[in-house]
Formats: sequence, structure tokens, C-alpha cells
Amino acid sequence: MSTRQFGQPIKRNEDPRLLTGRALFTDDVQLAGMLHVAFLRGDLAHARIRSIDVDGARQSPGVAAVYTADDLGDYWQPGPLLVPPPPVEQIEFYQRTQVPLAKEKVCHAGEAVAMVVAESRYLAEDALDGIFVDYEPLDAVVDLESALAEDAPLVHDDLGHNVNARVTQAKGNWLQAEAEADLIIRRRFSYDRGTAAAMENRGIVANWDAKSQHMTIWDTTQAPIAIRNGLAAMLGLSEHQVRVIAPFIGGGFGPKIMMFYPEEVLLAWATMQLGRPLKWIEDREENFYATTQERGQVHDATMALKADGTILGVKDVFLHDAGAYAPYGLTVPVSSQCTLLGPYVVKNYHSEFTSVFTNKPIVTPYRGAGRQHGVFVMERLLDIAAKELATDPIAIRRKNYIQPEQFPYANDIVFQDFTQLVYDSGNYGPALDRALDLVGYEAFVREEQPKRQAEGERVGIGVVSYVEGTGIGPYEGARVTVESSGKVSVATGIGTQGQGHYTSFAQVIADQIGVKVSDIHIVTGDTDLFYWGAGTFASRGAVVAGNAMHAAATKVREKILKLAGEKLEVAEEDLELVEGRVQVKGVPQTSISLGQLAVEANPMRGGVKPGTEPGLEATEYFGPERGATASGVHAVILRVDPETFNLEIEKYVVVHDCGKVINPLILDGQIQGGVAQGIGNAYYEQLHFDENGALLNASLMDYLLPTAPDVPNIVSDHIVTPSPLNPLGVKGAGEAGAIPVGALFAQALDSAFSDIGLEVREIPLSPNRLFELVGAASAGANV
Amino acid sequence: MEQTISVSVNGRQYERSVEPRLLLSDFLRHEIGLSGTHVGCEHGVCGACTVLMDSAAVRSCLLFAVQANGRDVTTVEGLDGGHEELHPIQHGFWEKHGLQCGFCTPGILMTLVPFLEENPDPTEDEIREVLSGNICRCTGYQKIVEAVQLSARLIKEKPA
Ligand code: FES
Ligand code: FES
Repeated sequence: MSTRQFGQPIKRNEDPRLLTGRALFTDDVQLAGMLHVAFLRGDLAHARIRSIDVDGARQSPGVAAVYTADDLGDYWQPGPLLVPPPPVEQIEFYQRTQVPLAKEKVCHAGEAVAMVVAESRYLAEDALDGIFVDYEPLDAVVDLESALAEDAPLVHDDLGHNVNARVTQAKGNWLQAEAEADLIIRRRFSYDRGTAAAMENRGIVANWDAKSQHMTIWDTTQAPIAIRNGLAAMLGLSEHQVRVIAPFIGGGFGPKIMMFYPEEVLLAWATMQLGRPLKWIEDREENFYATTQERGQVHDATMALKADGTILGVKDVFLHDAGAYAPYGLTVPVSSQCTLLGPYVVKNYHSEFTSVFTNKPIVTPYRGAGRQHGVFVMERLLDIAAKELATDPIAIRRKNYIQPEQFPYANDIVFQDFTQLVYDSGNYGPALDRALDLVGYEAFVREEQPKRQAEGERVGIGVVSYVEGTGIGPYEGARVTVESSGKVSVATGIGTQGQGHYTSFAQVIADQIGVKVSDIHIVTGDTDLFYWGAGTFASRGAVVAGNAMHAAATKVREKILKLAGEKLEVAEEDLELVEGRVQVKGVPQTSISLGQLAVEANPMRGGVKPGTEPGLEATEYFGPERGATASGVHAVILRVDPETFNLEIEKYVVVHDCGKVINPLILDGQIQGGVAQGIGNAYYEQLHFDENGALLNASLMDYLLPTAPDVPNIVSDHIVTPSPLNPLGVKGAGEAGAIPVGALFAQALDSAFSDIGLEVREIPLSPNRLFELVGAASAGANV
Repeated sequence: MEQTISVSVNGRQYERSVEPRLLLSDFLRHEIGLSGTHVGCEHGVCGACTVLMDSAAVRSCLLFAVQANGRDVTTVEGLDGGHEELHPIQHGFWEKHGLQCGFCTPGILMTLVPFLEENPDPTEDEIREVLSGNICRCTGYQKIVEAVQLSARLIKEKPA
């Protein structure tokens, strides 16, 4: 048997194409006769549209068409609700979803108002100057608390209020926990908005071929199959008439799973109107308005504890900023609600949230998807409790960890996938020990920190834990085919945005079929090649599609052995698959190549036994009973420059448990990239909206993404607690790096300024904001 | 209003008549079909559009195509000598997993070509500094730095 590929740091199959500039991204699609689209976007966040005059644009050179909401007729419909509200008792839910083009009013800055189609993007943008919109400016809903005031302006007039949803989930008896507590910690925490800022902006090419009655769409989406089904329904086409291709995608991180973006709906419609292919590529400024964002929440949280640090219960009441529309249901705030519990035993929990409409861009999941907030609140409460109890922040965590023998551990509330929140597996103590060891905790807090602080330095340490629900259902599928060349081709429905699926999936298959990873060709995200699937989200690719790959490859292996047994006239048990051949164990001379076998499996003449299926091929699906629970510990030592308040991250440690690891190289990359985004989120990136809902920093010059000098080298290690819920024992890893960084920085900064009693209760920070907080803490004030 | 320009790209001469406002990035991607050069911001910040002009790394989204008239441009498609053999920097990135989605990669590779010619033995700080104008949202840069270190070694080992 050749070496197992699963678990090896194999370099990626997809890289040569990407490295030579020969990978197809959406904007690389060029079609004969293609027209180009540009959008006029509202520059006010909230305004009634009195009239739109597009005559000037229609006269503009090279313009083929100009559309406003009125031109769409019955096709103008609010988008579908992607995720229905969870089955929680007494939930209030008010559905308002995005529209293709604003009709009566614009509800957030950058909402599309008109669409221009022209011979080139330059001409389409020229024509935008010829459109005149008469707006009546309205007061904007920006701040979450003011949004709920009696006299607040209304984002959706017909609703009569700005509430998107109210959800309460509880377990145990919070009031009793509060009554029995020796210590109550009560604080307000806030988290503000950032943007995913994938390096590739969104884009769509849509081509309706009237002669073949067939539509092809290239789309920067994480969910091509759902896009096909939805667009076909909207356009009155059969699903077989629509092919959606998600080619190479320059980063997804969540917002590219949102659907339907107005542009998707409009281009697919307009190519049928005009009979020519259309292309729209978002520019970076549009991306700041038209691509979804995340992270605005305000939490009023209370923790009840015993004097020995045991958590008795937590009560959390929070507001969630949904933006102007909420097509993604309550995935983000429900994730916050569930993730807050973390790796701890919390017997009594009361959590209620109000999701609020605001005149800001739409909120849908962005890497972490609400989990950051939950982790931030829980970890901060524990830090503050530890201070109050004069105990060590590590000890209080360890004391409250769920123990290995308690798994599966039921949390008695409903998770974002609508199943009960049950942790499948975990082992938290060893991860903490390992992280403390790697960061050098003892030596730092006992010796180094006191010494350096005494010398006037500001150095702090942080260690936080988190749990992440990953790999949720419903299902994914895979088809594995051995071709007559002996190479293997594979198709699946999910899209890929840089996660290395072409390689990690191939590793899973290689182990079953005994071929080289580089001889396995994987196609993702082409709906003509694989019909079924849900999409790439919630760190589920490796878990759900990965296990479908495993199932299909196992089936193909059975077929190979059966047929080879017949051909070689030996028992199947006596055969092995080695380097593209099936051979009698220990007798390589008696063998047949997979290519030859594939030819034999597809006879061109003569009879076959009834029930024979042609080819060495199998299609299988995998749907987990519920998600797999990943977990981890991050630790940091950071130094604050006393003059500039810039941070230097001296050490960053991640110890992560995502079950069995398919490819450690790819996993490390996911963790490191996630941490970099988390660092951006914690200390660099914040979208600044003014009181009118105008976005003040909509460019990469003003919205700072971490660059190479800002991100440290990360020391990482893994604890392996396989998930019992899937045959490969894997858990998702795509989001883990990003989730706990805010909580980690807060703890480390408190530690660096412990003498003045700094208590960080908000993220993102920045050098300016930290300077203010430190000033206020020294003065004993709250800001 | 159009102007005729003649530009050498990856050793091949292109003559085109273009509008003066046409960006060099659009010229490369859409006029002559070399779409390996990517555009991430169109305002000079992300570095994805970096190409070589007369051997210096420049941002093609900040230049007009007419400014390349009579010049020599190299894009990522020219790095492996037209499918000949991967450039050592490409090897370095492949070995060390220096890319995930790969969207930033062409610009990073082109930034590194002149850098490693001038600095065959860069320190980690120098590498991070030269990359500070190229944003990568996927990798966290750590594996990019390792890739550059390996690339530097591979360049030296390569028979001239
Ligand atoms: S596209 Fe040129 S620097 Fe970003
Ligand atoms: S690899 Fe995706 S932006 Fe760098």
C-alpha cells in the first residue's frame, strides 16, 4: 500500500494555473458582442425618490439600455429570504429583503437606483452622469438604540418600527442563578462594523443564447447551485436551461454567499432583454456599499458567579445591526447567541436579542459570522470576574471548562442550523496547556512583564478560548470517475475561493483509489457538472463535501476491486490498489491499470450482466446529523508603543482542534489568514458612518487592511479530537483564526495597562481609540 | 481622439489604437487579453495590478496605456517564458503555499522580481517591507514570506 495522502502537507494542484496568470476569474471571461454594465447608486443613506430622469443617459454615446425599477415590471420583486427564522418559541420576525433597484426610496448609501448598459465600462460610467434623481432626504437610522426610540425615522415605512426580529433563548433558571451568586458582573460591550474586503470584488457575466434557449452565468458566488435554481425560477426557465459557473474566486469570506445580489438578478434579466452577453464587475468603492458587511452589535451582559469562580449563569441582552434589509435571516445573531457559551459549563443562560433595521449596507455572515461577538462577551466577562475575584484569568477558565467525559454536551438551545446546540466532541484542557507553554505564560507574567513594565514598557499578555460550530448540513455530494487515461475526474457542487479544495479533496480520494493527488482533477462550482448542493459556508467544505468525496471514492474502489477480481480471476481480498494499478498483493506482475479497467468497465459491444452499471464511477452524498464542534485557544504577547499607541505583536500562538487534519499546509494557511483578518478587525478596520448614514472611509486608502509588516508570524499547534459525526473525523477550520482575536487583544491590552485599570469593552480599536481609553482610565472616567 | 500606441509585452509587439483615458491595466487585460494581471482597487493601494515596465515594478491601474507607448512591459504571463518552466519565484510560492485564492499573487510576484534581483539575500523585515504595498487578504503573509525566502535560495541555485 502506498503512503496515505490524508494528513500530508501536499502542495496544491491548483497553484500552477494561479501562479502563471492562467486561471479563469470572472472578469477574465470575454465574449463576442459583450456589453458592460454600470450602476447609479444612491449617495444618500435614506431618501425618498421623487423622480428619476434617465434621458441624458439614454442619449449618451454607446449606450444600449438604461433601466430603473419601473422598467422591470413584474420582475421587480424583493429577494427571497435565504434562511428562515429558527424554530424558537415566541419569536418575532419581520421580513424585509433587498430589491433589484430602489423604487420609492433608497434605504442605504450605495443602493442601486439605475442600471446602464453600454459598449464599454467607460461609456457606461460616462452615461451615469446623464441620470438625474430628485431626492427628498430623510433622517437616517444609524445608531442601534435610537433606532428603537418611539420617534425614530423608519427604514421600512410600512413596518411601523425598525425591528427585524426579537428572539429569546434560555436554559436553566437565570433568576435563581443571579439570586445565588456571590459575584455579579454587569457590563456593556460593543462591536462595530467591518468589511470582508476580498481582493477580488464581485462580478457577473450573463449570456442568454436565444437560439439554444440557454443561459450561462459566471458569478463570483460561493453558492452556484442555489443561484441557478433561484434565477431559473425568477426568469421562468427550467433549471436545465441555466448554467452557473463559479470559476476561480479571489476570496469569499462569507459575503459572496449572499444572494441574490441585485446585480445577479438584473444581469440575468437584461441579457434576455438585449440578446447580448453582459458583464458587470464591481469596483472597490462599490464593494464598500454593495457587498454585504458585518459585526455591529451592542451587548448588555451579566454573569453570576460563585466566590470560587464557578459560573452560575449568564444573561445577555443585545442589539444586532441588520442593515437596511435582512435576506439572510437571523444566522448572525443566533450564532452570537450560541457561541457565547464557549467551552464552558453554563447551567443557566438567558439570551435575548433584537435585530434592528438601519440605513446601512446589508449585513450577512462574514468569516466568523456573529461568533466573534459571543466570544468577546464571554471572555471579557470572565476576565473581569477574574480581576474582581483576584484570581488568575487562566484558572477561572480551566475551572469552568466542559470536561472530556461530558461529550456529547447538550446546550439545550437551538443553533443556526436549527438543530439543538450539542457539542460533538472536545478536549479543552490540553489545548490550553499547550498554548500557555508555547507563549511562555508563566515566565512572562512572573518575570518578564513586571520587569519590562517597571522599565516603562507597556507589554501585555492574553489567552482566550473559543468553540466554533462548523461543518453544518444539510448536505453536499460528489461524483468520482476513473477515466480511460487512468486519471480521476471529480465534480462537486460547492464553489471554492482559495481553500485548496482541488488538493484536499484529491487527498481524500487518492487514499481510496491509489492514484497520485496530481492525477485527480476536481471541478467545483459548475452546475452543469454537478447538479446538487448547498454551498461553501460555515466552515463546511472539508467536512461535508470532503466526506461526500470519501463516500464516492469508497464506492469507486469497490467497483474497481470487483471488476479487477473478475478480470484477474482472483478474490477481491487478495487485491490492492497501488499507483494507478490494481495488483495481486505482493505480485505486481499480475495487475491491471485503472485506465484499462475503466475501458473494460464501459464495453462498446456485446452483452453485460443485468444490473451492470457502466464505468468506474460513483456519486454519493453526505449530510451530517449536525455540525462538528471545533475549538481552540489563542495567546498573544503584545507591546504598545507609549508614544504612538501602535501595537507590536511579539508572539502569537494558536492551538486549534479541528479533528483530523487533511492537509496541514492548507490548514496552517487558513489559520494564519484568519488571524490576520482578526487582527484587522481588532485594531485596524472599522467602517465609519456619520449620523446621516454616509460611509466616510469607502476606499482602501481610508479603510486600513493589515499589510505584511502588521501581521506577525504565528506559532501554531493542533490537538486532534476527531469528530464522531463523520467518517473522516474532520471539523471545519475556515473561520477559527478570525474569531477570538478581539477578545484576545482586549485581555492583552488590559494586562498592559492593568496599573491604571484599563477595561476594554469594545472592538474594533485603533491607536487613537486606545489612546482615548487609556486617558480616560487614568482619569478614572468612562468614555 | 484615439491614439496609436506600440507596446512590447512579454517580448511581443502590440500595436493598438486606444483612448487616452484607457488604463494600462484595462489595456493588458481586455485589449490584448492578458488577464493574469488583476485589479483589486483601481486606486493604487492593493498592488494586485503590478507589472514591470522597463524592468521596474509599476501599478498598471495608475498608468494610462498611452504612457506605455514605446516601452517594454512584462506581466505574470511572461514570467515562465511562455509555459517554458516556472520561474524560481513561482516555484517558491508553490512549495511554500504562498497563495490561497491567488488573486493577489500576480502582483506580488511582479513586485518581487526586481526586488530579488537587487536584494538576493533579503532579511525578513526587508521582505515584509517590500510587500507592504501588496495586500493579501487570504494568507496572513507568513507563508508568502517563507515563499520569498525559498525563492531567493532557488534563484541563487539556478544555473545561469
Ligand atoms: S488595482 Fe492597482 S493597486 Fe489595486
Ligand atoms: S491569496 Fe487571496 S488575496 Fe492573496
